[in-house]
Amino acid sequence: MHKVPTFRKGGVHPDDKKVFSRMQPIERLPLPGELVVALSQHLGSPAKALKAKGDTVVKGEKIGEASGFISADVHAPVSGVVKEIRRVTLANSIVCDALVITPDSEQPEGEAPAVDWRTLSEAELVATIKEMGIVGMGGATFPAHVKLTIPRDKKIDAFIINGVECEPYLTADYRVMMERADEALQGALICAKATRAPRVIVGVELNKKDAIAHLKEVVEAKGYPIEIVGLKVKYPQGDEKQLLKALLNREIPSGKLPLDVGAVIANIGSCVAVYEAVAQKKPLYERVVTVTGECIANPKNILAPVGTKVSDLLAFCGGFSSEPEKLVSGGPMMGFSFFDTDTPLTKGFSGLLALTGEKKVVTTACLNCGRCVAACPIGLVPAKLYRLIDNGQYAEAMANSLMDCKECGCCAYVCPAHLPLVHGMKTGKKLGRKK
Amino acid sequence: MHTPTMTVSSSPHLHEKNSTASIMYQVSIALVPALLWGIYVFGFRALLVTIVSIATALLVEYLLGRFSGESTLSDGSALLTGLLVALNMSPSVPLFIPVIASAFAIAVAKWTFGGLGANWANPALAGRIFVFFSFTTPMSSFVTPRTLASAMPDALASATPLSVVKTAISGGSLGMDANALLSEVSYPATAFAQKIAQATGFNAYTIDSFLGNVGGCIGEISALALLIGGVYLLVRKIITWHIPVTYLASVGLFSWIFGGIPGGLGLFGGSFFPPLFTGGLMLGALFMATDYVTSPISAKGQIVYGVGCGFFTFLFRAFGGMPEAVSVSILLMNVITPTIDRFIVPRKFGDTREQRTLAKERKV
Repeated sequence: MHKVPTFRKGGVHPDDKKVFSRMQPIERLPLPGELVVALSQHLGSPAKALKAKGDTVVKGEKIGEASGFISADVHAPVSGVVKEIRRVTLANSIVCDALVITPDSEQPEGEAPAVDWRTLSEAELVATIKEMGIVGMGGATFPAHVKLTIPRDKKIDAFIINGVECEPYLTADYRVMMERADEALQGALICAKATRAPRVIVGVELNKKDAIAHLKEVVEAKGYPIEIVGLKVKYPQGDEKQLLKALLNREIPSGKLPLDVGAVIANIGSCVAVYEAVAQKKPLYERVVTVTGECIANPKNILAPVGTKVSDLLAFCGGFSSEPEKLVSGGPMMGFSFFDTDTPLTKGFSGLLALTGEKKVVTTACLNCGRCVAACPIGLVPAKLYRLIDNGQYAEAMANSLMDCKECGCCAYVCPAHLPLVHGMKTGKKLGRKK
Repeated sequence: MHTPTMTVSSSPHLHEKNSTASIMYQVSIALVPALLWGIYVFGFRALLVTIVSIATALLVEYLLGRFSGESTLSDGSALLTGLLVALNMSPSVPLFIPVIASAFAIAVAKWTFGGLGANWANPALAGRIFVFFSFTTPMSSFVTPRTLASAMPDALASATPLSVVKTAISGGSLGMDANALLSEVSYPATAFAQKIAQATGFNAYTIDSFLGNVGGCIGEISALALLIGGVYLLVRKIITWHIPVTYLASVGLFSWIFGGIPGGLGLFGGSFFPPLFTGGLMLGALFMATDYVTSPISAKGQIVYGVGCGFFTFLFRAFGGMPEAVSVSILLMNVITPTIDRFIVPRKFGDTREQRTLAKERKV
């Protein structure tokens, strides 16, 4: 029998809870009354504001400029007036400046230019992608132009599209695969061209069989040189290390990037953004976000402009059906909980979850049961790291590969003592770096 | 819109349905078949010993909790320790012995080292060893199980098959394996086991010790009942196969290969199965050696630990002068556990052979 690929070491199987929103087609959010466009929507240094209070902006106009090698431009999601520049706290607790834009009542739709991307060179493709402010949309928000710029001495033999969406609840990528497969696949081909990758593979978990079938149909109909691979369901397969192991059986060593083992990985949503950027000159100023959870009245997949406040998303979904304990941006395993419903949507905001509180369980001492060790996909000993951090031995924890922890949450998910292991890792990294 | 108060906490925001208490209760449930069999064959006295052990463990845990200002009774570990102490008692012990054993287990073996999670030795085992060396005679005189009662010669009434064999070998009866020695001293076997023995070709003593028709501690006699509990724990993923399988397999293999030597039979003169079903091995391998706190944290470490337990158990059984091979072996490996955890760590992702060669080349 053909073996379904997956990664080997560690991993967990949480209930995928995608049932709330998986059958909801992507809906466009009606224009909100105010948008809060943050200048730090990506990994790296924040963009520099190009507009001041009172300036008018046109939809798609650049309003924030990249301020370093790892940084990305920010564009106006609507035409309107800059009401003010305000300090905001994002869902992931980053504090940065944001342009507050009051949209005009009339939003003129410009004619989208149709560019044949096949005629563009690698450098032109990357330049356009940079200009359009594309970042990775899976959550890490790494600037796409940096990722797609391959040093001359490196050879990429595979470009991998991440359609795994292994986080429970989230269905944004799934809907994109169902509704915008052709754009996503063309976006992947653009990326493959920019990185000179001869092989293109899409990895999708088998809890999305219809998406796999649909992608295969499109690939066949259009004759794209793309492989679609179904993967056994296991969290955190959407992490690039695990995905690369599952698809190509390659392991990225500690501190290295996928391109060190000859591959580049991009999220399926980013591929759509790349396609729109290159073929339609459309900057990344809106994204698909899944609004779901036990406490949402009508869970939906929404296409919303960057800068939309969480309260507007909630209102569009009919508000809360019951009182939530937590609001989470992203997935439940790695997402950030936050409390302010004025928090704005950013480029990496893949899901908004309103979760019921779990039954409060008392934490006990570590039992040394080894579940965290068995669950860690990186081969760390979380219990030991946690003990070291708890004792203030940060250097010792760093020497035990603390920095290789990617906070996937598998250890804390399985811990019977309910120890806040990920919280410990995050604290340890912060304090360890300081010393 | 009404905005409820939100909790902010670190990810992950989901958790598997398990807890320290649920694990402790499930292990306790897994011990019920062995306990019921013990009560059935040894009668009311066994039940009394069990009640006394558990009550003492809970009481001491409660008092120490009161004293130190924390309530740990609800984590279920004291109940499990009390139950394990009871299963490790001979049914005929005076009742003050389980009281001392349970109190020692909870107060000395667990609390003085910092409570649950911080103890270096399995509390129930420490309690058993403590009372065994303090009150050796009552701890090593057993009663005949109900199923053998009519056939048991008086001279063997307080012995176990293992002690019978040991006495015989140290008395100079050489050239026979365990089952032959048992038959030599006319240790009885049940009619049921003899019937199965005729049908399957297995030895009747092996079958009786597998089913639990032998003398011994309350909870250790029936390998079958313990295996039912062990399989339950494996299926519920409370324990993994690493420790029990390596422990049992290594005792079996060592006994098969070297077990003939003390009896004068030479290499490969021993048998594989009888050593697995006798003494406290099954209880030790499934429920004592697998104690989380005192066994290694990684799968690789657990394999080393299991083989270590097996090696020492065989050594003490075949060449040692005293009973308690299983308890002492596990305690010994408990001591080595931190060292195992220090040196045997999981392979880190990305640390492939290829990478190591590359790193070496770079250094050269």
